[in-house]
This record gives sequence, C-alpha cells and structure tokens, in this order.
Amino acid sequence: MTALASAKDTGMVETTISASPNRVIDIDNLSLTFQTNDGPVHALSDIDLKIDEGDFVSFIGPSGCGKTTLLRVIADLEQPTAGSITVNGVSPQEARLNRAYGYVFQAAALYPWRTIAKNVALPLEIMGLSRAEQKERIARNMELVNLAGFEKKYPWQLSGGMQQRASIARALAVEPDLLLMDEPFGALDEIVRDHLNEQLLQLWAKTNKTVVFVTHSIPEAVFLSSKIVVLCPRPGRIYDVIESNLPRERNLDIRESPEFLKIAHRVRDGLRAGHSYED
Amino acid sequence: MTTTAVSKRRIDMPAVLAWFVVAMVVVGLFSRIFQPDLGVMDIPRLAICLAILAIAGVRYELGFMRNWVGDLILGLVTAISAWLLVTTVSNHQGDAALGFWALTAATWAASWLFVERLAIWKTRSPLSTRIINLAIPALFGISILVLWEIIVTGAGVPKVLLPAPSEIGVRLATSVPILWADFQQTFMKAVLAGYAIGCGSAFVAAILVDRVPFLRRGLLPVGNLVSALPIIGVAPIMVMWFGFDWPSKAAVVVIMTFFPMLVNTVAGLAASDAMQRDLMRTYASNYWQTLFKLRLPMAMPFIFNALKINSTLALIGAIVAEFFGTPIVGMGFRISTEVGRMNVDMVWAEIAVAALAGSLFYGIIALIERAVTFWHPSVRG
Repeated sequence: MTALASAKDTGMVETTISASPNRVIDIDNLSLTFQTNDGPVHALSDIDLKIDEGDFVSFIGPSGCGKTTLLRVIADLEQPTAGSITVNGVSPQEARLNRAYGYVFQAAALYPWRTIAKNVALPLEIMGLSRAEQKERIARNMELVNLAGFEKKYPWQLSGGMQQRASIARALAVEPDLLLMDEPFGALDEIVRDHLNEQLLQLWAKTNKTVVFVTHSIPEAVFLSSKIVVLCPRPGRIYDVIESNLPRERNLDIRESPEFLKIAHRVRDGLRAGHSYED
Repeated sequence: MTTTAVSKRRIDMPAVLAWFVVAMVVVGLFSRIFQPDLGVMDIPRLAICLAILAIAGVRYELGFMRNWVGDLILGLVTAISAWLLVTTVSNHQGDAALGFWALTAATWAASWLFVERLAIWKTRSPLSTRIINLAIPALFGISILVLWEIIVTGAGVPKVLLPAPSEIGVRLATSVPILWADFQQTFMKAVLAGYAIGCGSAFVAAILVDRVPFLRRGLLPVGNLVSALPIIGVAPIMVMWFGFDWPSKAAVVVIMTFFPMLVNTVAGLAASDAMQRDLMRTYASNYWQTLFKLRLPMAMPFIFNALKINSTLALIGAIVAEFFGTPIVGMGFRISTEVGRMNVDMVWAEIAVAALAGSLFYGIIALIERAVTFWHPSVRG
C-alpha cells in the first residue's frame, strides 16, 4: 500500500479526531461502469470510503478520475454497478427522498426568473414548508453567506461569486445532513475563490455540517479539508486518503505553514504517482 | 438638442439627397407639370413652396441654419409640399407630366433627408429620444401612403388595379358598421376561439407527448401530417363538418395553429439543462413540481414564439376559410364578394382592418411575452 507507506514517510498521523465518530457515508467496494459505444468505461473501481459526521472531505484528482461521479453516486444522481453505499445508514435514494442533500454545482444554476430570495426558497417550496418557516430560513441563510440586502435582485444582476454564494445559501436552506459541493468555485478568479474558501470554512465551523467537496486545486483541498481523498484515473480509484492535522480554525495565512506544505506535498506526490503510468 | 454632421461615411447621403432635391426642383420649375400645358408657375404657391424646400434642403451644404431649427423647417416645408402636391394632383387626375414627377421626387428625397437628420439628433431626455424613435417609422409609413396617393392619382391608375389611400380611407369611414360586423364575425369569433382552442389543446398535447414516450413517436408525426394539409382542401371539409357559421372557420384555425404550438412547446420543455434537472432531483422534487417550477418557465420563450407565429396564421386561416361557404358576413366573405363586384376599395378597407387587427394581436402577445420572459437574455438586454 503506497498510501500507508507514504503516510509513514511523512510522519502523518492517520487518526486525529477523537470524538466518537458518527458514520454518515459508508462506501464499500463500489464500482461504476458506463456502457458506451466504445465499450465499457470504468469510471469508479473498488472504492472504499468512510465519512464521519462533521468531516470536511475533499476529493482531488485530475480530470476523468471519477471524483464528480463519486459525488453524484453519493447524491443518487448516478447508480453504482457493483458494491454498496449507505448514507445515514440507508440507500442514497432514501437519503435523497429524506432531503439529506444540499448539492452545489459547478455553476450556480440559479433560475433567472426568480429573485435571489425566491431562488433560496425553491427547495423550501418543494418541501412544502410554511410561509413563515420559508421566510425565516431565507433570511438566516442569506445572512450566513453575506447576501443580506440582495433578496430582491435577480441572479443576472449579481457577480459570479455572489451567484455561487446564493446557490450555497439555497443548498443550506434545505438544512441537509450533507453538503455536497462539485467544484463550486472552479469558475471564479483566485481572489474571489480565496475569499469564498475562508467564508466556507467559517460556515462549516458555524453549522458543523458534513461537507464533501470536489476540487482539482491542491491548495483549496488542503486549506479546507479535514480529510483529503486523492483519486487517480483509468480506472477511477482512490490512491490516498490523508487525514489533515491542521487545526479546524484556519485562515489563509496557514498556507505558508510547514504543516500545510507537508500535506500539500503529499497530495501532489499522490497525484503525480497516480498519473505516472500509461501516458 | 444639437445636430452633428455625418462623418466617416463613404457616401455623404444627406449631401447627395440635398443636391438631388435641388436638381429635381429645378427640373420641376422649368418643365410642364400637367397635361396638356400647365407649368408650375401657373400654380404659384406650389412653385414658392418647392423653391423654399430646395433652399431648406441644401442649407447644410451652403452653410447656414445647421441646427435643429433648420431641420424642423425642412420637415415642415416637406409636409406642406406633399400636401400641395396631393391637393393639386386631385384636380388633374392622370395628367401628371415630367415636371410633376420631378417635384414629387424632390419632396420624397426631402422627407428622406429629414429622417436622416432626425436619426442623428442627439437628445438628453429619454422622452424626446422615445418620441424620435417613434417618429421615424411613423414618417416612413406616412411617406409611403403619400407617394402611393400621388402616383396613383397622378398616373391615373385604374381604381380596380389600385385605389388611392384617400379612397380607401373614405370607404373605411363610410362602411364602419359593415366592417365592424365582419370583424366581429371573423376575428372575435372564429380567430379568437380557434386560436384559444388550437394553442390550448396543442399545449396540453405537448405535455402529454413529453410525459408519455410512445406519444412522442405516435403523435408528433400525425401533428406534422396535419400541419402539411393544404388549407384550401381542409376548409371545405370543415364547412361540411361544422356548418356555415364561424365554428367551421375556428376549426380551420385550430388545425393551422396546433402544430407550431405543439412543436415549440415540446422543444421548450426539453430546454432545461441537465444541471437544473439534477438540482430538482436532489430536492426530491416530483414530476409536477419540476414541470411548474423549472420546465414551464424555461419553455416560455418557445411557447411565446409559437403564440406570435400563430397570431398571424390564425387570421389568415379564418379569412381564407370564409371563401368556402359562410353566412353573409365576415372579412373573407366580404373580400371574395366585393372582388367579384369590382369594389376594390372595400377589399382594401378589409385588408386594412385585417392588417391593423393582426398587428395589434401580435403586439399584445409580444407585450405579454416581455412581461413573462423578462429574465431572458433577449429581453433584459
């Protein structure tokens, strides 16, 4: 096991969180094969992964490594072809029907005919919440992502960063057990991205949600996560799982610290090793 | 308000127009304007007015009154010239000679010049900008009517071929009760009922086609087939099925409007992208919630396209259908019988009513579209 060996080399400790973990996601020997005209594509192969309550887990890997597919399997947007997965002890479909997920996509995917407040209200309307409850949740979550005052604006009147924050507020308004984020800041420039990363950490600290975050940025993954999952392509599989020993309270300065660089180095090594064969 | 000279244009259009006005006025002043032997000097006010017109037209090139007052004077003199030409020619129908046509050309070029000047006016208040934006197409329409009037009267075009706008106007004014009855029969009954039933049923059919996959393969080709049926063939059959009165015309309108609405709505329902549908799925949204909260709003630009296309198709369908049997009222009935009686001005009056009604119908739907799809990039721009 290269992963374990390299963990020992860098002296990283595998277990850091001492509080009794409450298992949220349990993936066992999971595979997903797409049947295409060019033959089967092994998007995911033999995935084993446990995610506990309150974790901030990042999936990192090159394009085509299956990180988004894995997130979509968790969210019941794709069906695995082998193996098992449970979310909160039930199948992803049941978890979805129980509204366990808040999903943030690569694009904000706000509806242009709805104001920001109405966009945040969308899942609440679908859930059939009362008007008062909707109003309360909209106000609270708009406040949480620093968008108070923009309720009456339409999405196309806001900047890309604000739109993505609105989509996070929309995901949080569901009050999900799990926040699933698929490269949410990928389309934003680095300054906005740093800012939103900091805000996301504060949000995580405030809400103590379990977050699964897909990215292909090493600094972003290391800065945000309590656990980093390195994936590699063809077939998509887990190469390394890194438990971060960084404190939960972080600011951007931590990116200069030796601990941070050590973890970043290990992630980079993993990405390189996973990529080094074939091509 | 100031005017600025047009620059950076290969051909200086206003200058060309101005000198063209001068040339035409000169030709007009020195040649015969009406047969057998009438010069412009025999009608002094026309001569004076056109001389002023030439000066007002060319003032820019000569270098005086290069401002909006000059432009307004040009517009005013052009209007007076046009009025004088129209009134003079009505006394000399069919007698127009070279000089008259030259003066007509001068007036037409002057009106073009005026619109060119108007188009480059720079105003600060949005209200006057709005007025100018409305004035330009209005002036364009008016100058076409005036030219039509002058040419038809001056050349003595037989009324059966093309009546003058003034004759059509007189006929419109004196036949209001008949026109109103025809309008009610054809538009208020056949068109509106057929349009509502056609678009409404196509909308429901589109939802069914979208919901039930085998209908997509079964119903769409049938819809396609129905839309390809020639209206000339369908209309008599509808008259046999639904009788002489308006229901048979409404049926023709239903057939004409059904397919555009069906195809557009089906396309619109497929317009939401995968990410938006995934989003609804993560909310465990059911079919109807996704339909009403995502797919129908997304389909609105498509649906309104169909509604706009159908607004004109419906009127054409109802009028043509009336050619195949109708009670003695209706726009299509009136057109077919008055053509037979050589009352072409009545035919034109009906055409004018149809054009006006069709444009208003279209305009109202376009206004509703703006309100409903305010969020669409093509509207909010």
